[in-house]
Amino acid sequence: MKMDWRYFRRRTLNIFNLTGSVIATVFGLVWLFWILWTTLSYGFAAFDWTLFTQNTPAPGGSGGLANSIVGSLIMVGLATVIGTPIGVLAGTYLAEYGKGSFMGGSIHFINDILLSAPSIIVGLFVYELVVIRLGHFSALAGALALAIIMLPVVIRTTEEMLRLVPNTLREAALALGAPRWKMITQVAYRGALSGILTGILLAVARIAGETAPLLFTALNNQFWSTDLMQPMANLPVVIFQFAMSPYEQWHALAWAGSLLITLSVLALSIAARTLLRNVRMDQS
Amino acid sequence: MNTDRSEISDRALRRQRLLDRVFEAATIGSAGIVLVILTGIIVSLFIGGWQALSTFGPAFLTTDEWNPVTERFGALVPIFGTLASSLIALLIAVPISFGIALFLTEVAPLWLRRPVGTAIELLAAIPSIIYGMWGLFVFAPMLSENVQPWLQTHFGDAPLIGVLFQGAPLGIGMLPAGIILGIMIIPFITAIMRDVFLTTPKFLKESAYGLGATQWEVVWNVVLPFTRIGAVGGIFLGLGRALGETMAVTFVIGNTHRLSMSLFAPGNSISSTLANEFTEAVGDMHTSSLIALGLVLFMITFVVLALAKLLLLSLETREGTKT
Repeated sequence: MKMDWRYFRRRTLNIFNLTGSVIATVFGLVWLFWILWTTLSYGFAAFDWTLFTQNTPAPGGSGGLANSIVGSLIMVGLATVIGTPIGVLAGTYLAEYGKGSFMGGSIHFINDILLSAPSIIVGLFVYELVVIRLGHFSALAGALALAIIMLPVVIRTTEEMLRLVPNTLREAALALGAPRWKMITQVAYRGALSGILTGILLAVARIAGETAPLLFTALNNQFWSTDLMQPMANLPVVIFQFAMSPYEQWHALAWAGSLLITLSVLALSIAARTLLRNVRMDQS
Repeated sequence: MNTDRSEISDRALRRQRLLDRVFEAATIGSAGIVLVILTGIIVSLFIGGWQALSTFGPAFLTTDEWNPVTERFGALVPIFGTLASSLIALLIAVPISFGIALFLTEVAPLWLRRPVGTAIELLAAIPSIIYGMWGLFVFAPMLSENVQPWLQTHFGDAPLIGVLFQGAPLGIGMLPAGIILGIMIIPFITAIMRDVFLTTPKFLKESAYGLGATQWEVVWNVVLPFTRIGAVGGIFLGLGRALGETMAVTFVIGNTHRLSMSLFAPGNSISSTLANEFTEAVGDMHTSSLIALGLVLFMITFVVLALAKLLLLSLETREGTKT
């Protein structure tokens, strides 16, 4: 009888805790769907094709987001152009040259910390470095801040993906007399190509919605501007300013901007994931 | 003929060696940029914040005054806000993440694991400004209309914890900031916990099952002790993320420089103070104090993230020696 009770208690505890894990999972998923649903419904309600043709309006007025969309594309594009080659080369160092060395180990460690470091700090850093020197906010500073945020992501995935390339391939190339740089660029990179592309996509997804670092660097611009040395409108900062304003029309535009950002970030993440799944399947 | 050919290959060889060196130098230079960024961040924040740090001294960390008019600045309120909101976030995220990791590694049928895991990871892909919009326009009103009045009538007069539920149920304040931070760090903690749970050797788990242990007993007595360090590392990683999160917090925390024990009271965190005041700062002292705040934030997150990394590293090396 006593044994029965103990058995019952163990079974109850087991069922209770496993049910708890199911509830925790549902709890986590509810937020995802709630947030996505909110963004989609408010976003589509505010959606209008004039978003792409008109510039951001004056307070209380109506308009679109054209200048901020273009501004975001320019800055994210420029950040990608700056961040990708540096990130891939640095990842190459960690995977191919610095493996096991003190410098390689410490750079790997610091890179992992920078990966999670607050993005607003990067904004402050670029403000001190560029904005103060130039004397004014600029799109260039914004792109630089975004590039610094994207760098650790690219470095880390490049390193991981190069490590997945079998050493026998490297040895085969070296045995044929290929110099090391040729081995890396023609054999290792080719083996890790889709993995490295995944990393770049993830990094772009990460910076596409970054707001905090742009506040202190690119700031915002109510007008159409493609001058890299001047403040430039961008979606995240426009969303922030419009959402915090008291005007209904600005709120609607902020939701429309949120929709655009969410859709592009989700598309990028899903594309990256599909690529990565193919990589993992190739490896196994 | 012969000499010609050897000359050519000699030259080719030298060219290749040069290219080899150039390529290696390029990778080293790029990797070095990581070090430059880290040093640059610390040095530039230190220089920028020097005016405030040298004027106020260590008292900067313990003063709760933040007055741009009299130019007296202390970091206590934002530091308190950052720590308090992150603590609330951890209280929510740790048990939930543990539950999800348990679900993904032990409970869920195999076909369900990948889609659910991906969905949870998508929580991390949503930009923080979207969390902020949702928090301000949807979550905070819901909180102030439904949840907070209920909490206040039931716990408002309770001894000890009653103080947590004082004040007007505005919807914005420390509580929603903490809850939203909690949701935001769930995917990070979950991902690490799931990964470390999966490192538990099968034979250990099967031995326990063979002795008649229930699934929960296997998790609690075998998996968790084996992976404890890694799980704590994951929690620290989540904490590091929560401490530095900016936009979501800025939308809902209320941006008020007042110290309050109530969960309903609006407050301020380091990052939200920076986001709100930096571009509008009047006077050098105000700017300098804000940069000094940034330095404090960077130091705190650096230590927390470094601890997380070290914990996870020690798990990796242990794994290496055991297998």
